Order: sequence, then structure tokens, then C-alpha cells
Amino acid sequence: MAFSSDGGAQPILLPVRAGTIVASLGLAVLADFLPWRHVALAPDFAALVLAFWCVQQPRLVGLGIAWILGLLTDVGNGVLLGQHALAYSLLAFAAITLSRRILWFGAWGQALHVAPLLLAAQGVSALVRLAAGAEFPGWSIAVGPLVGAALWPLASAILLLPQRRPVEVDQTRAI
Amino acid sequence: MEHTPPPFFNRGPAPLVRLAFFASLSLALLVLDARFHYTDGLRSVLALAVYPLQRAATLPFELSERVAGYFASQSRLRGENAELRGKLLQSSQQAQRFEAAQAELERLRELLGASKRLPVKSIAAEILYNGRDPYSRKVVIDHGTERGVKAGAPVVDASGVVGQVTRAYPFTAEVTLITDKDQAIPVQVLRSGLRAIAFGAGSTGMLELRYMAANAEIRSGDRLVTSGIDGTYPPGLAVATVERVERDAAYAFARIVCRPAAGVERGRYVLVLAREPAAAPAAEERPAGAKREGAGRARRARRKGADGLQ
Repeated sequence: MAFSSDGGAQPILLPVRAGTIVASLGLAVLADFLPWRHVALAPDFAALVLAFWCVQQPRLVGLGIAWILGLLTDVGNGVLLGQHALAYSLLAFAAITLSRRILWFGAWGQALHVAPLLLAAQGVSALVRLAAGAEFPGWSIAVGPLVGAALWPLASAILLLPQRRPVEVDQTRAI
Repeated sequence: MEHTPPPFFNRGPAPLVRLAFFASLSLALLVLDARFHYTDGLRSVLALAVYPLQRAATLPFELSERVAGYFASQSRLRGENAELRGKLLQSSQQAQRFEAAQAELERLRELLGASKRLPVKSIAAEILYNGRDPYSRKVVIDHGTERGVKAGAPVVDASGVVGQVTRAYPFTAEVTLITDKDQAIPVQVLRSGLRAIAFGAGSTGMLELRYMAANAEIRSGDRLVTSGIDGTYPPGLAVATVERVERDAAYAFARIVCRPAAGVERGRYVLVLAREPAAAPAAEERPAGAKREGAGRARRARRKGADGLQ
């Protein structure tokens, strides 16, 4: 299969530390606050990292964290309070529901699964804004989520780095 | 026999229940914010929590700018210095003339019996970042209520009006640019004195004069300044230049597109104009409010008395 992980040889990971999750979410929000030139084209890093942890650790990261992250994003960007909170809650729910399935695939297969989720989250915030009376800014708002999904393999490689065991070959081991 | 999972497998409420809870909480917040504007307190508390991240996000750019400034070449600095000196000389001469003209204006206004123009205090601020919102045009600046920035204050740069402060937090403030779709600014055509209202045109980065009659005395190249009749913007600030006027016999109104005078989407440094509040309306409002409050208290007291009787 093209999208399955290579021969089921998945590395054994160390247990995740809560500090890693909090730090990565903080860095993602920070990346969102960077002065991007084309706002519509820049990926939403907070949504990407949130989706990653919801897929990877559905028991640790859930809707509560998603909602609070959404509120902080709303305030930082000065948009309607609750817009990103709603979108991120739905994104987290979908990611947690699909996490068992998504983890079976390789990095690009996972990215293909996550792209519609990110698009749906963007669509929810677009719906909220249109209902509140904003004008439609054009289809370029769909580019950001797609760029985010394309960054998924890179993001998952970086975010799993602290959990990777150093490869040490023990020659004297019995088995 | 009923099988229930042992307590150590308990994972709290079902995901769907949680989703319903958080989604309804978000929807409630949305309605409270969009319709009733009740969420300002929560917003400023959360803004304090986000502030360190906002500062940290702009640090790399400040650092790189400082390093680039350190390595700027001698000759370029000298050229820039000479140019600035020339500009200073020119503007100081203009400022002298302006002072004389202002004194004369004051005297004339006194003769006319018109009220004095209020002095304008300005606060220099730096743009931290563009709001990450494709639906509106906002920037966040690095001073807030702690420096006297208030919601509603006009924001200008060296060449004209940039926008208006729409939300002021303790250390930052949100400025809605004049090109935002929902932002309107009262203007006056400098050449003819015609008054109009300029609206933002949204994503094109231009302004539009709406509801101007098809035969209005306006042509491309006309400069628009603030008229000051709204009491928010001081009069005489440059706003825009008319770029094209389309007159179509099929419509009652002309379509007038203007280019903003200020570097609305480009500049880094802006001035927030904090006007001292006008004394007269506040003095008029207070007794009315006090009366209403007094009446309320009296009514409450009466009701209490009635309760006591029952």
C-alpha cells in the first residue's frame, strides 16, 4: 500500500511529557502572531499542532484545551470571541474520533486525512464571520489549511523528536 | 447481570457530550460578543495572558532590524542625515507659519464667539503585527490604556489618517484601518469644501465615497481631509486622494474610488491622537444620569417600604 507506514516497523516512543505539549502549543500560537505578509495564505500553526496532539494523545489533549487555545487565538487576533474556540473544538473532536484510523497511515496518508479537518475548521470560522456580517474574502482562505496539511509530515517529525529513543544497539543482549 | 466498567477505565463524559458543551459555550460567547458586547472584561484578561507571546513574536524582527541598523553603511547614514536636516528646516519653517496662523485663527474664533479648539495630545506607537483575520483590516499597536490610549481615538502616520482604535487593552490596542469595510470617516473635499463620508472598500485597500450625487462637484485628483464634524477626528488631517470618478446615468450615485494618503498597510510607526474630552456634553449628561439614578433609588426605597408593609 502506498500510504501505509513502511512494513509496520513503527519505532517505540517514550511516553510524552506534558511540558512538551504545552511548549509546542505555545510555540504554535507564537508562530501565528508572527507578522505574516499574506494572512490568508499562512497556515494556522495552532490548529495544526492541536490536531497533531489530538491524533497522537487523544487521552491527554481534548476539547477543553482546544477551546481555551481557541479563545486565546481569538483575543490575540482581535476577532469575535468564540470564533476560533468553536472551530478548534470541532477540529479536536474530529481528530480524536479519527485518531485510531489516522495513526495506521504513514506521514503523507495522515496529511491527507488532516487536510479536510483543517479545511472544515477554516470553513466553520468563515461561516461564523459571514453570519456576523463580514464580506467573503475569496477562496484564498482555503490555501492556508492546505499548506498546513502539507506541513503535517514535518510537524509530526519535529513534535515526536523528544519522544524518540536514542538508537543504541546492545551487542551483548540475549534476544 | 449488568456489566459496568471498573472505575479506573472511567474517561469522563462522552466525547459527543463534551463537544455539545464546548460548542454551545462558544456559540453563547459569540452571541454575547457580536450582539451585546458583554465580553470586554474577559477579553482584557485574556489579552494580558497573550501579551508575552505577542511581544515575543515581534522580537526577532526588532533584533534583525537593530543588527541591520548597526551595520548600515556610513555613506547611506550621511545621505539620510542630510535629507532629514533639509526636511526639518522645511517643516520648522512651516511650523512657524502654522503657529502664527493658529494664533490668528484663535483670535478670529474669539471674535466670532466660537468655542476654542481643543488641544490634541499624541502618543507615538509601533505596529506590532497585522491582525490574522482575512475578514477585516486591523493592526495591533504596542501601547494600551496604561499610556492613555482609549477606544475611539484616531490613529495617524506622517502623511495622513491610518485608522481608529477600536479596542484598548492594558498594554496593546487594536486599530481598525480606514480601508476596513465597516469603517467610515467624515471627509471634506479640500478644493470645494464638499462634505462626504468615506467608507473602506475592504480587500482592495482603497476607500469609497458612497451616496454622492452623480453630478457632485468632485473630480479625480481631489484631496480629501477630515471635516471634524463627528468630534472624533480633528479637522484637516489628510485622508485620501480621489483616484477615479465613474458617473453612470443608470444610477443616482456616482462611484468614487480614493487612494488613502497614509501608508495604511505599509508603515511601522503611528501616532495615536488622544483628545481631551469636551467638557460641555459630559456636564449636561451627568445631572440627567444622576436624576435617573435618584429616581431609581427612590422607587427602590418605595418598593422596600411596600415590602415592609406586607
